[in-house]
Amino acid sequence: MKTEEIFQNLKDKFGDSVIELNTSMIEPYILVNPLEVDKISLYLRDNELLQFNNLMVLSGVDDANGKKNADDIIEGGTLSVYYHLESTILNHIVVLKVSTPRENPEVASVEPIWKSSDWHEREAYDMFGIIFLNHPDLRRILMPYDWEGGYPLRKDYKSPEFYQGMKVNY
Amino acid sequence: MIYNYFFNLTGSEIASAFICCILPLVYVLTYVLYAVYGERKVSAFMQDRIGPNRCGYRGLLQTVADLLKMLQKEDIVPRNADKPFWVMAPIIVFTGCFTAFACIPFSSAFVGSAFSLGILIVMAASSISAVGLLMAGWSSNNKYSLIGSLRSVAQIVSYEIPTFLVVLVMIIILGTLDLTVISEKQTAYFWNWMILGGPGLSWQKFVYIPFMVSSFIIIYISTLAEVNRTPFDIPEAEAELVAGYHTEYTGMKFGMFFLSEYGNMFAVSAIVSILFFGGYQSPFGYLGNSLNLPWLVPIEQLVWFSIKCIFFVFVQMWLRWTLPRLRVDQLMATCWKYLIPIAFVNLIIIGLITVL
Amino acid sequence: MAVKTEEMVLNMGPHHPSTHGVLRLELNIEGELIMKVTPHIGYLHRCFEKHAEAMTYPQVVPYTDRMDYLAAMGNEFGYAVAVEKLLGIEVPERVNYIRVIMAELQRIASHLVAIGTYAVDIGAFTPLLFCFRDREMILSLFEMTCGARMLYNYIWVGGVSHDLHPDFIRKTQEFIPYFRPKIKELNDLLTGNQIFIERTANVGILPAETAINYGISGPSLRGSGLKWDIRKNDPYANYNKFDFDIPVGKGLMGTLGDSWDRYYVRVLEMEESCKIIEQALASIPEGDVTSAIPKRVKPPVGQLYSRIENPRGELGYFIISNGTTSPFRVKVKGPSFVNLEVLNELCKGHLIADVIAILGSIDIVLGEVDR
Repeated sequence: MKTEEIFQNLKDKFGDSVIELNTSMIEPYILVNPLEVDKISLYLRDNELLQFNNLMVLSGVDDANGKKNADDIIEGGTLSVYYHLESTILNHIVVLKVSTPRENPEVASVEPIWKSSDWHEREAYDMFGIIFLNHPDLRRILMPYDWEGGYPLRKDYKSPEFYQGMKVNY
Repeated sequence: MIYNYFFNLTGSEIASAFICCILPLVYVLTYVLYAVYGERKVSAFMQDRIGPNRCGYRGLLQTVADLLKMLQKEDIVPRNADKPFWVMAPIIVFTGCFTAFACIPFSSAFVGSAFSLGILIVMAASSISAVGLLMAGWSSNNKYSLIGSLRSVAQIVSYEIPTFLVVLVMIIILGTLDLTVISEKQTAYFWNWMILGGPGLSWQKFVYIPFMVSSFIIIYISTLAEVNRTPFDIPEAEAELVAGYHTEYTGMKFGMFFLSEYGNMFAVSAIVSILFFGGYQSPFGYLGNSLNLPWLVPIEQLVWFSIKCIFFVFVQMWLRWTLPRLRVDQLMATCWKYLIPIAFVNLIIIGLITVL
Repeated sequence: MAVKTEEMVLNMGPHHPSTHGVLRLELNIEGELIMKVTPHIGYLHRCFEKHAEAMTYPQVVPYTDRMDYLAAMGNEFGYAVAVEKLLGIEVPERVNYIRVIMAELQRIASHLVAIGTYAVDIGAFTPLLFCFRDREMILSLFEMTCGARMLYNYIWVGGVSHDLHPDFIRKTQEFIPYFRPKIKELNDLLTGNQIFIERTANVGILPAETAINYGISGPSLRGSGLKWDIRKNDPYANYNKFDFDIPVGKGLMGTLGDSWDRYYVRVLEMEESCKIIEQALASIPEGDVTSAIPKRVKPPVGQLYSRIENPRGELGYFIISNGTTSPFRVKVKGPSFVNLEVLNELCKGHLIADVIAILGSIDIVLGEVDR
C-alpha cells in the first residue's frame, strides 16, 4: 500500500489525531499526535490490511526550530520522534512522525506493541530527554546512569566541567 | 632393589630411603617440564602453527624460562582471603598428587613402597586433591572461584565411582591389589597384557577381551574427568569462570596447581597402563635377556613404562584440543546415567565368567 | 521441610573473556538456573552521532568503519548507499560490482570470527585458529586493495577510493577454491560434533513471531525459519543480478530457532557468499570508479532511511539533511543493539553455561551496540 492510502485509512479511523501527510521531504511521512501514537500503532499492527509487525527504527530528533537566547540555549521549538514501520507479510513501509514541545516533551510509549522499541526509546530519552509515558523502565542506556549533565544530542548541549571528580573535556 | 643398592652403598637406612623418595620426584618434575612444552607443541601443530621455538634449541628450554618467571612474581593475597586455607590449598593438592607415586612401580627394580594394597593407596591419595581444590575455591573469597571449586569436587567425587568399579573388575580377575604383582603377571610379550585378556591360555582369556576393551574406555574417560581435562574441564572453564578455583593465585602457588595437574595426568596414565597394558613390561622381550646383561632389564622396563605413560598423556592432550566442553549437568548425566550402569554390568559379567 | 534458597546476583562484569567486548551482564540466578538477565551497555559509547553532525558527509565515512569493526566494509557501504539515495545519483556498474565483492568477502571474514569465537566459548579451541588462518587470506586481499586490514575508508559517497589492484581478481579467484574445502573441514570438526550439538541444540529457542516483534534481523532471524534478507527483499547495489540462496534454519538438530540453527545459518551463508563472489568476478565490467564522486556533497532538504544486510543483521542509516554540507542528524540502527534486547527472553530457565552459548549465537559486536 502506498503512504497516501495508509494516510487515508488512518484519517478515517482516528480523525484529528492524524495531523498531516508530508511528501516534500524525499521520504513521505505521516505526522500524528504524540499522545495518541500508541493507539495508532496498535491499529497499524493489528489491522489485516496494514499488518505492520516490525518497527525498524525509532529515532529522536532535535528540530532546532526555536530561538536561541543569550546563553545559547534554544527556547521554544519542538523535539520529534520518527517511527519507521515495516510489514514483513505485506511488504510495505510507512513513516510516522510526532512532534512535542521542547519544554515538556512527552510521547506515548509503543513498547507494549513492539518490544524492539524498548531500548530505542531509552536511547531517545538518554540523548534528547523525551519522556515516554508508560515505558516500563525508562532510564539512561548509553550514558552512565547518574549523568547529570543534560541530554547530549540536543543542539544546545554543553559538556559539563566535571563528572564524579573527573574532568570531562581534556 | 634400588633401596638395597643404596643401602649397600651408604650403609644407612635413612639416607637410602631419602634417595628412594627423591628419585620419583626428580622423574615427575622432569616429566612436567617436558609435558608442558609437549602440550604447547602438540596443540600448535594441531592448530596449524608452530609453538615455542625460540628458547633453547627448538624451544626446549621454554618451560625453564616460564618457571623462572613464575618464581620471581609477586605473591598477591586477596584482602579477605582465609589465610591458612589459602596457603595450604596448593600444598595439599600437590601432596595428594605426589603421594600416589609412592606405590607405582616404575620398573621391577624400583617401587617407592612395596605395599600390598598399592592400588587403594593410589586411588585414596588422588582423592585428597579434591579437599585441596575446595579449600582453594573457598578461601579465595570470590563467587566465581567458589562455583568452580564446588563443580570440581562434585565432578571428582562422582567419577571416582566408575574408576573404582573398573579397578574392582581387574582385582577380581587378577586376585591381588599389589601393583608390582599385577605388572609381573603380565610378563612376556603383549598377548599376556590384560587388554588382550590376561596371562595364560584359556577360554576365559578370549571371552574377556570385549569387556576389557569397554573397561579400558570407561576408566580412561573417568580418569580424564578426575584430572579436570577437557571435555570435563568445567572447573577451569575459561569462558564462564575466568579460571575457576585458581583465579586468584599468582606466582609459585599457581605453579603448584599447574604442576599437580600434569602430575595427576601422569599418575592416571600410569594406572591405566599398569592395569591394562602391562605396566613396565615390554611387548617384545628384553634386549638385556638376549644379550645376557641382566642389569639392562630394569632400565629397559623404565623406558617402556615411560613410553606407555607418555603415549596416554599425549592422547589426553589430543582430546583436549579437539573436543568442546561438556556442560555441568551433561557431565553429571554422563557419569551417573551412562558410565556407572555400564561399569556395573561389566563387573557382574566378569565376576560370572571368573567364577565359572 | 523445604530448604530456603535465595536469588543470587552474579555479575559478568565488563572485563570477561567471553562477553565479546565490554558488556556487563547482571544475572539473577537461583542455584544454577537463570531467572533474569539484564545487559548494561554504554561502555564503548564514542558519540558517533554527535560527531557526524560536526563533519561533512564524506568525512563521516572513517567514523562509520569503527562502529562494527569486524564488518567495516558493510558499514561504509550502507552509509554510501544512503547518501547516494539522498543526492539521487547513480554510481557506475564497476563500482557496484566492486562494492558487492568487498561486502561478500567481509561477510565471510565476519562469520569466520563469529564461528571461531563461538567455538572457544563452547570450549573447543582449535576451530578458532583454523577460522583465523582463513580470515588472514581475506585481510591480505583487503590490504592489497586499500592498504588497511581492518578499518578501510574505502567505499566513498559516489564510488570507491581506489580501483582494484591488478592482481586482485586473480588472487580472489584462487581464494575461493582454497576456501570451500575449509568449510567442509569446519563442519567435520565442529558442526557435527556430538558435544557441540548437546551444548547448543534446544538452547535459546527463538520463535519467529517473537523475533519479528523484537526487531531481530540477520542470521538470528533466519535461524528461526523466516526467509528475510534485505539483499532479496529490498535489493540495493546490483544484488538482483546475482543468483544465490537464502539459508534458513530448519531445526535439523533440535528445535527450530535454537542456537545450533543460528550457527548453522552462518556456516551456510559463507558458502552462498562464495557463489556471489564467483559470479561477480566473472562478469565485472571496466570503468572509472571515481567518476561519480561529487566534489561537494550537499543534498536537498529532507530525510531518508536506507538499510543493507550486514553480516550481523539489518544495518540502517536514518539521515536528515538540512541543505548544508553537514548532516543534520544521522541515526544508525545497529543490528547488534536491537538483537541484544532479546537476551533476557532467551535465557529464562537455562543454566549459566547456556548464557554464554546464547550470547555467542546472537553474535554481537559492542562497537555497534554502543556506537
